[in-house]
Order: sequence, then structure tokens, then C-alpha cells
Amino acid sequence: MLKRIRRQIAIFFTVIGPGFITAMVDNDAGGIFTYSQAGAKYGYLSLWTLAPIALLLVITQEMNARMGAVTGKGLSDLIREEYGLRVTFLVMTLLVLTNFTNVMANFAGVAGSLELFSVPRWVSVPIAATLVWILVVKGTYHSVEKIFLGACVFYVSYVISAFLIRPDWEQALAGSVQPVLMLDPDYITLLIGMVGTSIAPWMQFYLQASVVEKGITEREYAESRIEVIVGCVTMVVIAFFIIVACAGAIWAHGPRDIEDAAQAAQALRPFGQYAFALFAAGLFNASMFAASILPLSTAYSVCEGLGFEAGVNKSFREAPIFYWLYTLLIVLGAGVILIPGFPLVRMILLSQVLNGVLLPLVLIFMVLLVNKKDLMGRWVNTRFQNTIAWLAVVILIGLTLALLGISLRDMMR
Amino acid sequence: MEELLYFTELLGLKVYDLRGRRIGRVADAALVPLIDPSRVDRYLVGGGWAWLTIRYDQIRAITLDGIHLQDERLTPYHDDEYMLRIGRDLLDQQIVDVDGRKVVRVNDVTFLIRQEAGVTVLRILEVDVGLRSVLRRLFQGVLPRRWIRRLQSPIAPNSIRWEHCNIIEPDPLRRLRLNISYSMLEKLHPADLADIVEELGPEERESIFAAIDSEVAAEALSEVDPRMQASILEALEAEKAAEIVEEMAPDEAADVLAELEEETSEEILEEMDAEPKAEVRELLEFSEDQAGSLMNTEYVAVNEEGTARDAVEALQGNEDLLETLSAIFLVDAGGALKGAIPLGRLFIAPPSTPLRELVSGPLISVKATEHRDRVFEIFDKYNLLNLPVVDEEGRLCGVITADDIISVLRQG
Repeated sequence: MLKRIRRQIAIFFTVIGPGFITAMVDNDAGGIFTYSQAGAKYGYLSLWTLAPIALLLVITQEMNARMGAVTGKGLSDLIREEYGLRVTFLVMTLLVLTNFTNVMANFAGVAGSLELFSVPRWVSVPIAATLVWILVVKGTYHSVEKIFLGACVFYVSYVISAFLIRPDWEQALAGSVQPVLMLDPDYITLLIGMVGTSIAPWMQFYLQASVVEKGITEREYAESRIEVIVGCVTMVVIAFFIIVACAGAIWAHGPRDIEDAAQAAQALRPFGQYAFALFAAGLFNASMFAASILPLSTAYSVCEGLGFEAGVNKSFREAPIFYWLYTLLIVLGAGVILIPGFPLVRMILLSQVLNGVLLPLVLIFMVLLVNKKDLMGRWVNTRFQNTIAWLAVVILIGLTLALLGISLRDMMR
Repeated sequence: MEELLYFTELLGLKVYDLRGRRIGRVADAALVPLIDPSRVDRYLVGGGWAWLTIRYDQIRAITLDGIHLQDERLTPYHDDEYMLRIGRDLLDQQIVDVDGRKVVRVNDVTFLIRQEAGVTVLRILEVDVGLRSVLRRLFQGVLPRRWIRRLQSPIAPNSIRWEHCNIIEPDPLRRLRLNISYSMLEKLHPADLADIVEELGPEERESIFAAIDSEVAAEALSEVDPRMQASILEALEAEKAAEIVEEMAPDEAADVLAELEEETSEEILEEMDAEPKAEVRELLEFSEDQAGSLMNTEYVAVNEEGTARDAVEALQGNEDLLETLSAIFLVDAGGALKGAIPLGRLFIAPPSTPLRELVSGPLISVKATEHRDRVFEIFDKYNLLNLPVVDEEGRLCGVITADDIISVLRQG
């Protein structure tokens, strides 16, 4: 019995990585901004959305982990095999575009967070881009994964900075369990934005691909599922502390809008150097982390779906398209941040719109694929799982389309 | 004159009867590999209600503008298990490029248009991967065929000759009907084969291990990621799994079996022959962090009283070990380890030299229960290629070689 439990724990540690990293990268520069905004403007009110967000995340991510473990194939591979090249090409084009705007937002996060420490962006961004590029091109899967897992630890900085601010914990707990809906359009927009930023199309591709890459099979699937759930829960816990920190620091002294995550860090200054520095460092860490993973994950998904050679263990000559795509995403994503007067906010709105088009597609494909008996065998969705999955998909599509509408409206302004 | 035609061009091609009336458009094409491995045997034509089947010898001409028949007795299409349909079974699927030793995804197929015995036939020449074929797929049916040809011409082709393509089909019966064999895979280097199976899905992977020769399977399996090894063995029939495990070096076999659920590994052990079973069982007694779990029980030991000639004779009896052997060991009558002789020394010594004189330097060995970290230290400190392992009474029971150490360190 004891041996069995020890074995279980040992397996858990060998499968740790995919779910955790995916969930952590989800709290990227865009996510941190949305949560900061939620805290700054509405205080503890929006905290109740975090539990349902975690649930939706678990439902979608679990399907990806299961498909990866059972079929041994990435999501783009499966879409290609079942729906042909044209559909795959369309999905991949959208994925490249959304991820490109995400990469941009994260390099903006790097620039913003380091400017708080008086490092000008024309120094920080090129260095960050080079580091990101080298890390993946020169690293192996195992070494890169270890660095990424290390980066996960730094999210603790948000927890510490939240404690330093001494927010109103009673209100925070009350806000977490008590749903509040108001007919304030900005509030509704924010709630939708919180869901939108938490469940992004790239995650589905990244998680499934890394489950496959890690060699997780049906045998370790039970442990892998626990890992996915633990990752999702950790992710919303971090989000909780970000919201609470901003609620305590900004909202408690007068609710207001903030323009980017760096501004939120700035507002933490009166609570001491540490609270400020930890929040800013957390932003830097998250932005770097996401800026490393997104271009890589994009290049992998695209090349696998379209049948080009891919992989960091291949040479430039063997996998030219993979390396070009990866390099271009980083160079352009970092480059535009250095252009003075670049309409970043507009681009981020555009990314929400593209997200809104892509996510419904991806989710529908996922539920269809996970129900294919010839792919999944005895691992197809049960009727119960299907009910939940379709429900989650319908809710997510509804919210995403709403966000798409809002973003389009804002872009027209 | 010989000309090329792509599958993307063949699809949708108009088919005309003897009087030039249009019957329909090509919807798919199929090979019957048991009859001919590369000739398109049937063309499936969609027109009106149902699909029709055209046999290859009913065709007069195939050009980019259409297919003209010379015989109008067409039969309705019905699925046939001996048919490999290109659009359904090949396109967008993964196959193994045996020449390039990698897994590729099929984007398109290139045919050769040939005149054979008065009929125009298509033969598969190559399977296309890469950008050029992606372009063809994207514009297929959107732009005229000749425009697409012009558009793709600046891009370098990336194709695999049909003879080098190995289709992977998990169902053994279907494999038989489609005349698919894995014999080309057996000829690959085991390490390459291991890389290939790691890229495939579990079903395809298991089908390869179930079908290929056990010796090749064993060599490839020992190169595969340890956790994948376990899932492959679990999926195989216990009998086949036992055959493969028997062919593996005992230390590797024990490592794989230790990864399995106890029930499964017991089942496999039961199927094994007595001798390898005993060796593997012995190794399984050691826990993962002990020196004993790293050691191999295949080694050459000679009595310390012997001469170089005796040692060479002992080697002659163990030819299957020679490829990796770097030293032989001296033992006394009770089996206690007394010394090690590098193979090179034995090679230049006159046959009558007593073995004791050939022993090199002080004897370094470890106890089987020693912690494996200590083993790594010893290897590093003394720059060893191999290290004998002894039991509590000092009797030789195995040897750890540098390649085992390298794999363990790389996984850590």
C-alpha cells in the first residue's frame, strides 16, 4: 500500500510540467493587467469569478491532456488528420496572428516592468528578445522545462506583495464566494475580459503538445490530470492575490482605471519598496516567461499541423520554416515595442477579436475530436463529461463573442 | 512521353465518355497493393447519385484537362478492403520516410503518367511534403491547375520516393490486405527506429513492436524513453513482450520490467525462458538506487590460475558479447573477484602468459548494495570504462559499463 502511494507520488513528479507551466503562462502580462484593473476599479467585487474560471479551465485543459496522453499527437496534428489541410491552415493562420499580438503584449510587459527600475526599453527589449531566442535554440527540452518550472516559483512574489499591502482579507473572502452582478457595462466587460484572458487558444495547443513531448501515456494519465488541476487552481490563486493587492493598494484609496500593469506596480510604491519591487518583478518574470513560450509553441503547432520539420533538436537547415517562424515572432514582437507611438492598445484589442474568432473554432474541434472512438478508444467523453464540456464550450463561446463585440466597438471609436 | 500529375490535380478532374460527354469528376483514386504496389488501379468518380469505379485499363488518356475513357462499362463504387485510397488513407496521414529516417506527413502525391500496353496509367512516383505541396493543397480547386503549377515553380520540391515510404497500419489484418510490411523498418539502425517510433502515436508504435523481429525490437526498445518502453510492453501480448525482453541485455530488461506494474511484469517473466528469467529476477531484487540495478550480468570471467590462451578460449565461447566487451575478469575457484584485464593487453600477450601477470593496476570494484551515486563518483574518479560488481562475500556478480552510466546520467 505504502509502496503504491510512493509510486503514485513518484509518477506525479515525473509528469509535472505541462499543466503547471501552461497555467502559469496564462497569467502573462495581459492577464496581470486585467486582474490589476479588476482590483483597482472594482476592489474585491470580481473575485467570485475566479472559481468558475478555474472550473472552465480544468474542463477544457483536461480534454487536451487526455487527448495528448491517449493519441500521442498534438492538437494541430489531430485537426490536420481529421479535418484536412485547409482547415488546419486557417486555424494556424489565426493562431499565428493572435499569438503574435500576445508576444507583443508580453514584450511590452518586459519593457514596462523594467522601466519601473529605470531601465530604458531600447536596452531591455533587445536583451530580453535575445535571451528568449537563445534559451530555446540552445536548450534541450528538459533544461528548458526546468527553467520554466523555476520561473513558476517566482509567481509567489504576488502573494508576498499582497500580504505587504495589508488588504482587507475579510472583504476579500466575502468577495470570493459572493457573486455580484451589476448592470454597469464596464463591470460586465471586465468580467468577460477576465474569462477571455484566462482561456486562450494557444493553451490548448501548448498543453497537448507538451503532454505528448513529455511522453505521458495512458498509464500516467491519472497523475497528469491531477497536475493539470493543481496547475489551474494555482493559476487562479495567483490571480486572486493580484486582484487583492490592487484592491488594497488602489481601490481602497479611490477606485480608478489603470492603463497598464506597470501602472499598478507604480501605485504600490506608498506601501514600501518591497511591495512595489515584488509586483514589478512578478510582471517581468511573467512577461519573459510568456514571451519565451508563445513563439515556441506557435512554431511547433504550425509546423506539425502543416507537416514541416520542427524541433529545437533539429538544425536550421533541417527545419528552416520552424526557425524562421520562431525568430520572426520574437524579432517582430519585440521590434514593434521599440517603435515610438505604436498603437499597442489597438493591437491588443485586435488580439481579443482574433481570439474571439479562434477560440470557438478550437473548442468545437476539441469536443468533436475527444468524442471520436477511433482516436480515443475507451477514453472518449462520457455522457456526463460531454454535457459539461458542451456547456463550458457554449458559455465560453458566448462570452468570447461578447468580448469580440466589445473589442470591435472599442476599435471603431 | 512521360509526364507528372499531382493528386491535387487529379481530384476534380473531369471524366469524359467515348462520345465526349461528361460523366463526373474524380473524387479519389486507389491502389490495390497486392496486385501492383504503385499503379493506380481504380478511379472513383462522383457524378449524380453515387460514386462510380473506373478500372485503370478503361482509360484512354489522362491530361490536365480531363480523363477520356475507352470503355464505358463502369461499376458502382463499393468499399473494398484491398484498396488503399489515396485521399482517405494516405493524404494528411503520417508515414515513415525510411531513407530520411523520419516521420513525415503526406501533403500530396506525385504520379507519373505512362503508356503501358495501350492504356494510360498513373504510377505513384513520390509522396510530397513541404511548402510546395502545401501551396498546391491550399489553391486546389480555387485557381486553375496550370496557374498553380506556375505559382509553385520557384519553390524547391520536397518529396520522398514511393519505394522509401512505409505506411504504418495498426490493424494486422488490414496490413496483410494492403500488403504493408515493416521489413524496411527492421533494416534501420535501432536508434533511428527508436526516434521514429517515439514520434508516432501509441497504436502505431505498438503495432511496429508487435510485428517486427524480436531482436530488432529489443535493440530499438532499449533506445526508447524509459516510460514509453513500459507502455509499449504493457500493450503487447505477454508472449511477444517476453520474446523482446529475452533479447535485451539483462540489466536493461530488469530496468524496463521494474517500470511496469508488478502484475504485468510477472506475466512477462512467466513467459520467458528459464535462464534469462533467472538473471533478470536476480537484478530485479535491487532497488533503483543501488549499484546492482545498474549492472549487467553478461560478462567473461576466467580462473586466475589460467593463461592468456584460456582467456581467449573463454572469449570464443562468448562471441555475442564481443561487440561491447572491454575487459575480462579473474576469479578464484569460489568465484571471488581477483582482478581485471583490459582486452587490449590480452591481445598482445603471448598465449602462455599467466593471466596474473596481465592484471592492470589495483582492482576497483563495488558491492551490489552500494548507492549508485557512489558508482558515478568511482567512474569519474578513476576514468573507468567498466566496473565489476561483487556480492557481500566478494564474489563477482556483474559489471557496470560506462554506457549504462551515460544513459542514467542523461535521464537524471
